[in-house]
Amino acid sequence: MSYIYESYDVVVVGAGHAGCEAALATARLSLKTLLLTISVESIALMPCNPNIGGTSKGHLVKEIDALGGEMGKIIDKTYIQSKMLNKSKGPAVHSLRAQADKMEYSYTMRKTLENTPNLYIKQAEVSEILVEDNKVVGIKTSSDAIYPAKAIILCTGTYLNARCIYGDISNYTGPNGLQAATLLTESLKSLGIEMFRFKTGTPARIDKRSIDFSKMQEQKGDERVVPFSFTNTPEGISKEQVSCWLTYTNERTHEIINNNLHRSPMFSGEIKGTGTRYCPSIEDKIYRFPDRERHQVFIEPEGNYTNEMYVSGLSTSLPEDVQYEMYRSVAGLENAHIVRNGYAIEYDLINPNQLKPTLELKNIDGLFSAGQMNGSSGYEEAAAQGLIAGINASMKLLGKEQIVLDRSQAYIGVLIDDLVTKDTREPYRMMTSRAEYRLLLRQDNADLRLTKIGYKVGLIDEKQYKRLLEKEKQIESEIERLNNTAIGANNEVQAFLEKHNSTALKTASTLADLIKRPELSYDLVSEIDKDRVDLPEEVREQVNINIKYEGYITRQLQQVEQFKKLEKKLIPHDLDYDKVPSLRNEARVKLSAIRPRSVGQASRISGVSPADISVLLVYLKMIGK
Amino acid sequence: MTNDTIAAISTSLSKSGLSIIRISGKDALSVIDKIYRSKSGNKKISEVPSHTIHYGYIYDEEVLIDEVMVLVMKGPKSYTKEDVVEIDCHGGIVVTKKILDTVIKHGARLAEPGEFTKRAFLNGRIDLSQAEAVMDIINSKNELSLKNSLSQLKGNVLDKIKEIRSSIMHDLAFIEAALDDPEHISLDGFNEELENNINVTIKELGRLLKSAENGRLIKEGINTVILGKPNVGKSSLLNILVGTDRAIVTDIAGTTRDTLEESVNIGGITLNIIDTAGIRDTDDIVEKIGVEKARKVANEADLIIYVIDASVPLDINDEIIIDIIRDKKAIILLNKTDLDMKVDPNKIKELLDKDIILISAKENKGINRLEDWIIDNFFQGNLDFNDEVMITNIRQKNAISEAIDSLNNVISSINDNLPEDFYSIDLMNAYELLGEIIGETVNEDLVDTIFSDFCMGK
Repeated sequence: MSYIYESYDVVVVGAGHAGCEAALATARLSLKTLLLTISVESIALMPCNPNIGGTSKGHLVKEIDALGGEMGKIIDKTYIQSKMLNKSKGPAVHSLRAQADKMEYSYTMRKTLENTPNLYIKQAEVSEILVEDNKVVGIKTSSDAIYPAKAIILCTGTYLNARCIYGDISNYTGPNGLQAATLLTESLKSLGIEMFRFKTGTPARIDKRSIDFSKMQEQKGDERVVPFSFTNTPEGISKEQVSCWLTYTNERTHEIINNNLHRSPMFSGEIKGTGTRYCPSIEDKIYRFPDRERHQVFIEPEGNYTNEMYVSGLSTSLPEDVQYEMYRSVAGLENAHIVRNGYAIEYDLINPNQLKPTLELKNIDGLFSAGQMNGSSGYEEAAAQGLIAGINASMKLLGKEQIVLDRSQAYIGVLIDDLVTKDTREPYRMMTSRAEYRLLLRQDNADLRLTKIGYKVGLIDEKQYKRLLEKEKQIESEIERLNNTAIGANNEVQAFLEKHNSTALKTASTLADLIKRPELSYDLVSEIDKDRVDLPEEVREQVNINIKYEGYITRQLQQVEQFKKLEKKLIPHDLDYDKVPSLRNEARVKLSAIRPRSVGQASRISGVSPADISVLLVYLKMIGK
Repeated sequence: MTNDTIAAISTSLSKSGLSIIRISGKDALSVIDKIYRSKSGNKKISEVPSHTIHYGYIYDEEVLIDEVMVLVMKGPKSYTKEDVVEIDCHGGIVVTKKILDTVIKHGARLAEPGEFTKRAFLNGRIDLSQAEAVMDIINSKNELSLKNSLSQLKGNVLDKIKEIRSSIMHDLAFIEAALDDPEHISLDGFNEELENNINVTIKELGRLLKSAENGRLIKEGINTVILGKPNVGKSSLLNILVGTDRAIVTDIAGTTRDTLEESVNIGGITLNIIDTAGIRDTDDIVEKIGVEKARKVANEADLIIYVIDASVPLDINDEIIIDIIRDKKAIILLNKTDLDMKVDPNKIKELLDKDIILISAKENKGINRLEDWIIDNFFQGNLDFNDEVMITNIRQKNAISEAIDSLNNVISSINDNLPEDFYSIDLMNAYELLGEIIGETVNEDLVDTIFSDFCMGK
């Protein structure tokens, strides 16, 4: 017999990385928020790899932070090793990655949630989304309790009808043997929501004491750590770091896998879900790239309070006996004791094409969705969507304008646009190559790109906002000064240039022009820059990048200008594409199904040609939009 | 949506005499200033009053192209409501093309099919009631243009561009794979390899560009099909057209369709005679190739030459052919007139209202009348020489030379020691440009290639 328990403004279903950001955002924006989780112990759990960040994912975390999200702050508190990847490459692809103490990360996030006003955590399984007139009115749990609510954010991760598999062993559980959510899928289907089924996987965890590190190469963290959060300083978060270890697979490993491929559930057809190409299992890698003699394996600590080590690169769903043999064939793992087996996990999710770019379902008012539920993979991708869904649910209830970041503003914009627009049929991982305007979307300038938006929605406080404005001003005036500071071809300057293997000046130049030379930089030219005042490092970095890469940056800014024109051209939500003459049939079908928000989004739908876009523009003009 | 400057030939090229090149957009005046010279040499089109006409010359740098009249209409009082310049010339196809080339070289971009109309509409020039017609034009013209650019592209060119693109994509994907997974994939030493690959590619594109300049990248001409029953003399006719000293013959083994084609030049007009497999060798077109195939060929043709054996009465097969070509541009040849005539030309005229020419392929009689007919009809504008084809050629040439520029940028980036992620920008640009030639868009190519060519991830 169902009964009314208590009403809330917002109910967040699931307390993983998406759910935590979503609930924090709504609660911080003064909405009474219920955060439901199947197990309070699993809040902000990291069931797979023990890191936050990495290529392009580090960008996402910085963007989350710039908007007022939590992930960056928690990882700055709980990291055990930190590294800036791609440091030898251009600034656009510098990517921050930290090894997390998993348990501490989870507890620190839980403590933050527990101490946030308006936020209530409850352990329960959701059985039904209650909808009236295509508008959410609440949710029902498996204990028949009804929680009336104005908005619901689904962040179910990999739990919906989850099934873990290795060899011929299969269990209907979520990750780590946690209880799966078996009721919600049916409720969503009955609301007319199209569901997909994806698959992902994880390697075994090995007892540190059984590993011979002398056969491996030590991988240390950076000496000078860059924080994820713009509210932290390198000095403020500096600490003793732990090491990771590098080893390799070998012929024997590959032989063991090849001999047992038929026993892999991926190859026997036992697993039906679509896997991600970015995180293939080792059996997948060996099958697809038979010429590779070895594959890298990184041994990474799971935290300071455990001996468990994560075996990065050896994700598998092979049977237990094959796993035992296979892991032990790797140098340094000869005596490995496996604490937990590797496994594959299948789960239900929604077809993300059913979402608006605000992450609200097009057909159900007040129902939002974020994270792996939308077809992404990764903690960072999940957290980014959770934050946006949380912000937009809040804006909706507060009667304010919702936010949609576009592809020229943020990786978050690229992520969400890809999910809601493209035909993604595998867990979606962020990559820097997915961003067209990569040079503008750097991890170092996420605050300059997004903190004003975070301030506007109310997640960034006055102090941080003022600091940003000050930073902006300093960058601008310093660039101007450098552009206008003439440098004569005098002896001192020529000597300086010679010292740095740089061509001598024939005529006078400006400081900015010298900085543009590949062998020089803002910091280097300080020697001949008499009027320089001491600026904070974060300002110096921006000045250097903006001057050095000015040509490329200007080029991308021009492209963005073109891009924005179509982005700003909005399409009425209820446009009847059958009434648009001359559209090609394929375009008509796709446009009707996805119902893009803007002409720009329409242009990215596969099967919609430039001519279709022209036709659409003419039609919009005709109907006066 | 964009307000860049576009240019196109706005008259049908098949009509001899006057051609008009139209330029529209914010740089229209500055483009014409760069290439126009008045007789005195000191007139600037950007400074003359709107809606005036000016005599002068078009120059590409120091090379004189043609004597022209230039009409200037400043926005918003123009067709597109933008600044519009029209160049009237009378130098025929080659000169018209050269002027368009020059206009594009100096800052305009080749207009998409229907783009002038689209701009006119979006800028409020065309009445709302005409919107549907505008939309119709845009998509039908684009379909036509795409069909043309693909079907007109010679098979070997298509293959070469595909090969070059996939080589660029492979290098690009390698860089991107390494940037996304730096701990598994290293770019050490790759610069040298990349530079070599790009130099090879630039050379190959240079060769393509050269053949494009010679007009050999695509086939320009009138697509012509010879239809008729078996043994009516189709092959003799073809042999006469191809085999004499009047004809320039090239064999193009088409890979885009299963046909052999002969290019024939008659009085300066190129005919691409499509010889579908079987027309020459098989006995019964209707049975062996099938009505559908004949219909398809007829649909794609600009001109159909329908050959009838005058020495045998018409039968059901002729009725089928007549039905197929009723609404097409066609000429009827009554062959074997050296034998007893069993067919009455007037009777045929009743069945099918087309011009009829009596010939004897065997005795080589009447062929010159066919040639005159083709020349007359072409210059009267009755024969549709496809303008889009020529435009396509210019478009493709531009795309290739811009792709070469982009690849040269990569080489400078390598030499300037810029980080690898900067190479991607220009590599992708070259890849996209070459894609335009073969009608392929980028979509998920990069991500797909990264995953298919390289072993990524943990």
